[in-house]
Amino acid sequence: MIRVAIVTRAIDPAAIIASIASTGYGAISLFAGTVRDTSDGRGVSAIDYSAYTSMAEAELEQIAAEAADRFGVTSLIVEHRIGVLSLGETSVAIAAAHAHRAPAFDCTRYVIEEIKKRVPIWKMEHYIDGTREWVDPTKASGVASA
Amino acid sequence: MSTVTVQLFASYAESFGGATLEIPLNSGDTVGDLVDSLRSLPGASILPDSPRVAVNQKFASYDQAVHARDEIALIPPVAGG
Repeated sequence: MIRVAIVTRAIDPAAIIASIASTGYGAISLFAGTVRDTSDGRGVSAIDYSAYTSMAEAELEQIAAEAADRFGVTSLIVEHRIGVLSLGETSVAIAAAHAHRAPAFDCTRYVIEEIKKRVPIWKMEHYIDGTREWVDPTKASGVASA
Repeated sequence: MSTVTVQLFASYAESFGGATLEIPLNSGDTVGDLVDSLRSLPGASILPDSPRVAVNQKFASYDQAVHARDEIALIPPVAGG
């Protein structure tokens, strides 16, 4: 089962793991991206995610297909949430199941790295001082982000 | 001359002041021509040297032809995750 979605509800990593689990697998790798309370030293209060949803889902499908092919993974779930997220909430979850751990790890890593390159999703950070700013990773100051 | 609708998102929508733009289209125009047209509009200062453009929901090269009924979108730097 390969399933990708842009969602507007809360992401439930435990439910994703439950839906992908099978006794045929020896490994489930889960990556969850969450909303952090600082960005470049500024206090963050929330992040507002938006997307070109139809293209974002098409790109996610393409990435998932590439990952499945590359790592021999047949069970992969990718969910990315949009809307206003509070601190600590899960913005993205990627779960891959495989007989062995290496392909499962590699698959989730590949999917998140590709999402960051080419899925049309944007985030506006809201700061505790009341200001807000669109995040532009092409102008990153060198501080790694989640 | 026809026109093509360009969808805008996030920072670009804010800068250009709307979610869509109608851009004049000449026969044979490419994605690169479209980007050149966009650069003359108010708000275009936000655009980087080579903004990404999607045609029919796929990233397009600048030499790709554009047709009036294509779904065109100008894609700001993505920031998912």
